[in-house]
Amino acid sequence: MLKHTTGLILAGAVAFAAAAEAREIKVGFIAPKSGGAAQLGDQMEKGARLYMKLHAKELGGDTIKLIVRDSKRPGGPIAKAAAQELIAREKVEILGGVIFSPNAMSIAPLATAGKMPFVIMNAGTAFITNMSPNIVRVSFTMWQAGYIMGEHAAKEMGCKTAISGYTNYPPGKDSVAAFARGFEGAGGKVIDSIPMGGPREAPDFTPFFQRVKDKKPGCFYVFVPAGNHAAGVAKTYQALGMRKAGVKLVGPGDITQDTQLQGMGKAAVGVITAHHYHADLATPVNQAFVKAWKAAYGAKSTPDFVGVGGYDGMAAVYHIIKSAKGGKITAAGAIAALKGWKHNSPRGPIMIDPETREIVQNVYVAQVYDDNGTLRQKKLKTFVAVKDKCKELKIGRCGK
Amino acid sequence: MAAAFDIATTILVFGLAYAMLLFIISVGLSITMGLMGFVNLAHGAFAMVGGYITVKLVAPMGVPYLLALVIAFFLVAALGVVMDRLLYRHVYGRPELDQVLFTIGIVFASVAGVSFVWGPDPQNILLPEILLGDIDLGFKNIPIYRAFMIVAGGVIVAALFFGLERTKIGAQVRAAVDNRRMAESCGIPTGRLFTIIFALGSGMAALGGGLGIQILGGLKPVFAFEYLVIFLIVVAVGGLGNIRGTFVAALLLGIIDFAGKYFLPEGGGFFIYGVTFIVLLWRPHGLFGKA
Repeated sequence: MLKHTTGLILAGAVAFAAAAEAREIKVGFIAPKSGGAAQLGDQMEKGARLYMKLHAKELGGDTIKLIVRDSKRPGGPIAKAAAQELIAREKVEILGGVIFSPNAMSIAPLATAGKMPFVIMNAGTAFITNMSPNIVRVSFTMWQAGYIMGEHAAKEMGCKTAISGYTNYPPGKDSVAAFARGFEGAGGKVIDSIPMGGPREAPDFTPFFQRVKDKKPGCFYVFVPAGNHAAGVAKTYQALGMRKAGVKLVGPGDITQDTQLQGMGKAAVGVITAHHYHADLATPVNQAFVKAWKAAYGAKSTPDFVGVGGYDGMAAVYHIIKSAKGGKITAAGAIAALKGWKHNSPRGPIMIDPETREIVQNVYVAQVYDDNGTLRQKKLKTFVAVKDKCKELKIGRCGK
Repeated sequence: MAAAFDIATTILVFGLAYAMLLFIISVGLSITMGLMGFVNLAHGAFAMVGGYITVKLVAPMGVPYLLALVIAFFLVAALGVVMDRLLYRHVYGRPELDQVLFTIGIVFASVAGVSFVWGPDPQNILLPEILLGDIDLGFKNIPIYRAFMIVAGGVIVAALFFGLERTKIGAQVRAAVDNRRMAESCGIPTGRLFTIIFALGSGMAALGGGLGIQILGGLKPVFAFEYLVIFLIVVAVGGLGNIRGTFVAALLLGIIDFAGKYFLPEGGGFFIYGVTFIVLLWRPHGLFGKA
């Protein structure tokens, strides 16, 4: 009897699938899976796969095959070769992923030449979306957090002077430029800007931070790429007694990344950041998301903004596929579908700006506090529907 | 004037702490290279494993930090003996290229192994409260951890000098470094000596790995590669097989690295390479190396 029923269900499923002309859609996913940034690629892929798991039934009979390629390093060539292979040999229909900005920049021309929709799920250098009409970004731009942090530091935190320290590659320069614009626009003055090594290695920050301490600014704005560098920032800040010396540490949320936060210990308490996501956001969508994440990857695991980037990136991919209605996925069709696309993300409502193909989202100013031994982030202020200031103000390559 | 003095002491203190770390990790590499002419590029892997052992003992198991360092030292020293007996001995007599390929293969395997077992996430260590915060020297405050590094490093340096200059085994090591064949014909068991030195060097690397987590911005599987170049630079600048040379090189590079980054952050990590370049032009065998 049971066998009979199973057979019937199977037959029904096959018939249904055939009716919908079920097909397998290949999605290329480029992220670091080895090397120093492997945990970022891991986090983003977990986010993407969680979305696929929770929404598996929404594509009718269609399925997605995520083809993951390792971009290894922050530099471009390996990511570019991976994209080439995904387009030419694997014949993917959508490209996605990408942690590091230089990776995204090297893939951009291929997205144009290969007429390939390219969904950026992390890489945040502002001008990247100008590099190909086929790029849509669902993550963030450095300007969203940096500019707001600058304004907030000058207006609300009483900082008259500031120094910025950054990892010396495109998003770092972007982030401190955004901070300087916001900070000086609100009447502050940036008195020094310090490059602190490249993205590949997490350096000992002590010499740079000691230089800052000796110059006694009100605020110290730090950008480092999420991952390895983050914990070192808070620790060095504490070890040098900079808070006691009256220097306030601020930055984008990369320096208080959720996955790194507990490892920082008390050093992180009091740090103020501007960011589009942290895992403690008290919205029903986010709480459900965090719960699903922990159910899938273990109670000790936590999503962070990189994971949310992967999760929402996959939501965008689903939207592309649904909009094609079983027809062929084209770059033009995909981008048209995503322009003005609205989505209820764990980070809050997001939208793709129809003019710039850039994400529009809330930015939260938050402070780290100690909740009986667990570090959490408390939202101080919400900025609603923040666009990319770099493109709004047409600064440098953002204006082209 | 007071400001200049303040900056000078800052550079000295932090440079010294970094130098101690460089020395502790590099000294084993220097001696094995000098003693056997063996190029062990996997030395950083031993430091990394030591770091992981320390982290894992402290965090989930609640072992006190200092005890964890000691345990890491002995475990990795034992690992060194096993590796020496099982794997390394097969390549001792072989050409340098074989040694380099073999040991770099071990680095790759260790990176993959560590990320497989403990994952790619950077590991951080929550130090005991007593090592956090800063200490007042009367004229300036310095972080306790740096002071601790300097003291611990000083003790280790003194112990090594004593061991090498004043003990029988030290004399044998010096003899073997100077002229291995002559030492062997005098009846010094260089093979066993090498195992002991290899174990000691591996243990020291492990100690450095554990001590360095706080300073080097976390520990992760690529550690074995990331810092390899620096360790090799220290060894090359100091001269192979020379403890005093390794120490002076570590001091020089540690202090110059800090000062360079402090005064000219745009120059970044350039200074350490610049100094290496000049020293090796001037003395191709290192500061204290013999031609």
